[in-house]
Amino acid sequence: MGCNDAQELIHGYMDGELDLRSQLEIERHIEGCAACAAAYQVQQQVRSAIAHPALYCKAPAGLARQVDRALRRADRAGRPAFSRPPAPGPRPLLLWRFAGAAAALALAAAVVWMAVVLPRRSAEDLIARDVVASHVRSLMPGHLTDVPSSDQHTVKPWFNGKLDFSPPVKDLAAEGFPLVGGRLDYLAQTPVAVAVYRRRQHYINLFLWPEGRGGGAKSGPQIRQGYNLIHSTRAGMNFWAVSDLNLGELEEFLKRAAN
Amino acid sequence: MFSPGWAGPGKVERFEQALLPHLDAAFNLARWLTRNQQDAEDVVQEAYLRALSFFDSFRGGDGRAWLLTIVRNTCYTWLRKNRPPEASVLFDEELHSTGEETGNPETLALRNADRRLLEQVLEELPLEFREVLILRELEGLSYQEIASVAGIRVGTVMSRLARARQRVARQLHDRSSKEQKGGL
Repeated sequence: MGCNDAQELIHGYMDGELDLRSQLEIERHIEGCAACAAAYQVQQQVRSAIAHPALYCKAPAGLARQVDRALRRADRAGRPAFSRPPAPGPRPLLLWRFAGAAAALALAAAVVWMAVVLPRRSAEDLIARDVVASHVRSLMPGHLTDVPSSDQHTVKPWFNGKLDFSPPVKDLAAEGFPLVGGRLDYLAQTPVAVAVYRRRQHYINLFLWPEGRGGGAKSGPQIRQGYNLIHSTRAGMNFWAVSDLNLGELEEFLKRAAN
Repeated sequence: MFSPGWAGPGKVERFEQALLPHLDAAFNLARWLTRNQQDAEDVVQEAYLRALSFFDSFRGGDGRAWLLTIVRNTCYTWLRKNRPPEASVLFDEELHSTGEETGNPETLALRNADRRLLEQVLEELPLEFREVLILRELEGLSYQEIASVAGIRVGTVMSRLARARQRVARQLHDRSSKEQKGGL
């Protein structure tokens, strides 16, 4: 690999976007080339400088309401605010012909769903709802942590005597998820530990409680109220992570937190 | 999900539930592309209205990249209408690309770099560079997502990021050494 290629590939490497082979090649190149090793170091500094939360421009306080009002006004006016017409759907006549069959199918599906899937899912569903509710509440001013600390050796012992289990609180700062603190919470009729992490300006609530107290069923990622929600079970512990962080990074987080 | 859209809340409510959580992301991108607080607010509002009219084409999932695509396009439309055209990257690159080293770690001294200076350097970057940096470093989008938001090929994302970061490093290096000289 030449230096020209390497100077570009170190970016894919830093961003974790290279396939395994290129990754190994670039690592070998950096080891043997002082110039590229120095460039790599500089670029990493640039990268972390730009990723600083202070550079993130959050929406001003009134904007959500302003947008909401504009949306409702446009909706009431009954036409999209922008001039482009919506994509044409199937013709109405055709639609009617299938409507009967579709309704029957939907009804059958609903019966099956309610009889089979619903009871099994509802416990899970309640927990998911509680987790999101708690996440939203935690983001209101002053509710995020009971013990604010980026030190796992402060947060983890803090739970002693407050819970009948010792939650696995990890230091993930090196992976780009600094610890923010810990909090006691109560969901699905059981007390749980919450470790709060941050990725850039996104907070992640990680709920921890022992397996066998509900919430251990396997199900995939969910989106609720715009928040991503994933969970896993490991070493007798339930891990539920919720955040407005994108799903890819949240999955990366959970993999490391529950490992 | 079972039978979406029946007996649920109205369209605006569903839309807001899915996309208002990404208001900060929308604003951040608009703010960095327009470089002006008030303009960014206007663009964001316009983008949300546009997004509502396209909501039927939203496939669910993480709405952020979908929304950011619309925010970006709204920004570009807005910039074309309201701002003189910025120097194109290609032109700019030919003039400035020396292919030389991007400074060494000692002289860059980013740890102490004035944040104001960094902000300035970012704001002065050509639009095409600025947007990939913001999407990657501040939003943490994957190359795939950046490609779809910016309407470029995935392969282009890496080379653009590489050039953008190299340019930031060079500018920081040049300006901080200039300031040091000027300050003495």
